[in-house]
Amino acid sequence: MHDQVITLTVSNHPGVLSRIAGLFARRNYNLDGVYVVGLTGTSESRMQLLVKSDERLTQIIKQLEKLYDVRDISVEEGRDTPTCFQVQKAG
Amino acid sequence: MEYSGAEIVIRMLERQGVETIAGIPGGTNLPLYDALQGSSLTHVLARHEQGAGFIAQGMARSTGKPAVCFATSGPGVTNLITAIADAHLDSVPVVAISGQTPMSLMGTDAFQEVDTFGMSLPVTKHNFLVRSVEELLEVIPEAFRIAVSGRPGPVWVDIPKDVQTATLRVDAFPEAGARVAAASPEEEALNAAAEMIDKAERPVFYAGGGIVNSGAGAQVKALCERAGIPVVTTLMGLGVMPADSPMSLGMLGMHGSRSTNLTLDKADLLIAAGVRFDDRATGKLASFCPHAHIIHMDIDGAEIDKLRSSDCSIKGDAGEILSRLTPMVEPRKRRAWEESITAMKTQYPTPESELDNAKPAALIRRVGHLADSHAFVTTDVGQHQMWVAQYYPHQQPGRLLTSGGLGTMGFGLPAAIGAALANPDAPVICFSGDGSIMMNIQELATLAEQNLNVKIIILNNGALGLVRQQQELFFGGRYIASQYDRNPDIATIAKGFGIRGHRLPLSACTDDELKAFLDSDGPALLDIATPQAANVYPMVPPGAANTRMIEGEHHA
Repeated sequence: MHDQVITLTVSNHPGVLSRIAGLFARRNYNLDGVYVVGLTGTSESRMQLLVKSDERLTQIIKQLEKLYDVRDISVEEGRDTPTCFQVQKAG
Repeated sequence: MEYSGAEIVIRMLERQGVETIAGIPGGTNLPLYDALQGSSLTHVLARHEQGAGFIAQGMARSTGKPAVCFATSGPGVTNLITAIADAHLDSVPVVAISGQTPMSLMGTDAFQEVDTFGMSLPVTKHNFLVRSVEELLEVIPEAFRIAVSGRPGPVWVDIPKDVQTATLRVDAFPEAGARVAAASPEEEALNAAAEMIDKAERPVFYAGGGIVNSGAGAQVKALCERAGIPVVTTLMGLGVMPADSPMSLGMLGMHGSRSTNLTLDKADLLIAAGVRFDDRATGKLASFCPHAHIIHMDIDGAEIDKLRSSDCSIKGDAGEILSRLTPMVEPRKRRAWEESITAMKTQYPTPESELDNAKPAALIRRVGHLADSHAFVTTDVGQHQMWVAQYYPHQQPGRLLTSGGLGTMGFGLPAAIGAALANPDAPVICFSGDGSIMMNIQELATLAEQNLNVKIIILNNGALGLVRQQQELFFGGRYIASQYDRNPDIATIAKGFGIRGHRLPLSACTDDELKAFLDSDGPALLDIATPQAANVYPMVPPGAANTRMIEGEHHA
């Protein structure tokens, strides 16, 4: 199991985080980190999800691709971006 | 011209070609109902929102076109959820439109407020909470486009009351939402599939609801007849190959016939089309078609390799894929495979005892032979449903309307009403049980009001038959909560609703009686007393391999 960051461009409305988070919850897949920010001057948000990849991730990405609110999706190894996902020390 | 949000919705539904809506009004969707005044839309007043949802499903499943239902906020919404979840699992294009408390009150636990967006989200293909009257112009056509494009599914549109009453100047309405064609299949994948088919000695075609949704029954026949490939179907795919065709192996899986499941066990190639390798079809997945390579074609790429990895995958519309694939495949007879299947069918025939007139299965088969071949058949859920799947002579795809994925008792009657509304010239037969019929019995009032040609046949064994059967087979015969100590007289209930009701023991159901019942005008109900001991066989225990089929003792 290794860290992956899924970067999504999604439509910006109050239900969108719930839709994405719900997909992971229903499939019993843990989200280690979530970062969301509206993209100024657009009706879109950027969402970055930190996950530990396992064999179910391919199916989850296929399900994300099907979502109406998801406009773009990319997956990267590691947890370097965004900076908030870099290992934090407790306390 | 100035329109209210509600008027915009109704005008746009008319532009979508919607003719009939099922629903129930309430506090927060009253503006929508008011806007129905003078509209070309016909409204069918259901007696429960779940009924309205299943009426819409009956219209959608029997026509392939999206159908609409209305509900008010709060309990209207929660009542509708089951019917929409059912549509979601069986990929049925339904557009559910609900009222919501005004935006100003949302989130305050207002009267009849529930989080419709949150509750409908996991049981729909997509859902919208409309936050302004302007958004309606975009959302309504989008809802229809989403419902019918790709893999069909339900879309929920939640509209706060103040959005319904707000006004907007509209000079031109947008185009109606229409199906967006799926991307064409890749040539390379088709070549690979054709090569695998040509090389296979023991291929089986595994057809599901996706074939019915694509309208690709004829293409399946064309490919399979050309290449000598027998066809098994899922519950949702019944009728893709006519039951009496020698190419037809009927339904596979938990209640598939022994020869069918054993044939699959021997197959060296499985051509899976519009199927999702559901556990009721495959049994223990690791033991399903253990010797077969897999070609998996589906319009929904997420189904491919979801449960069983494929050796060749083709994404696209089944009709288009099969039309292009068929000429690429060598014509072949495959006599050895055909003979081996025939031998298997001879070795494991349908048990004679099932076809004895004292058995419910035989009754269903006789009804099938007596009924109009174009009749729509709906079922509820339970033993009667499985007997209909096994024994009704399914001749055409899309004529059997049944709750496959969710398995919702209470589906049959309102779905039959919907099918009859959308197909006024076709007879509709609803098979139900004494457990299932009670779950939406109130829709008999809707049926009587609409005076539709729906014939309800109840196999009344005084029990939740399939539960009782599982308790008998897998819980040591310790029956609990599966028998009704006291059942109402359903024929009398029907009369109370203004529908002709008769009660007959199974032995009195002669062909003449059944024919007279089926040929009578308008709605009617036949309550048939059946033996509680009759079970659905064969049966694969849940979680077991499909080759481990249980037969009744009297069949052994």
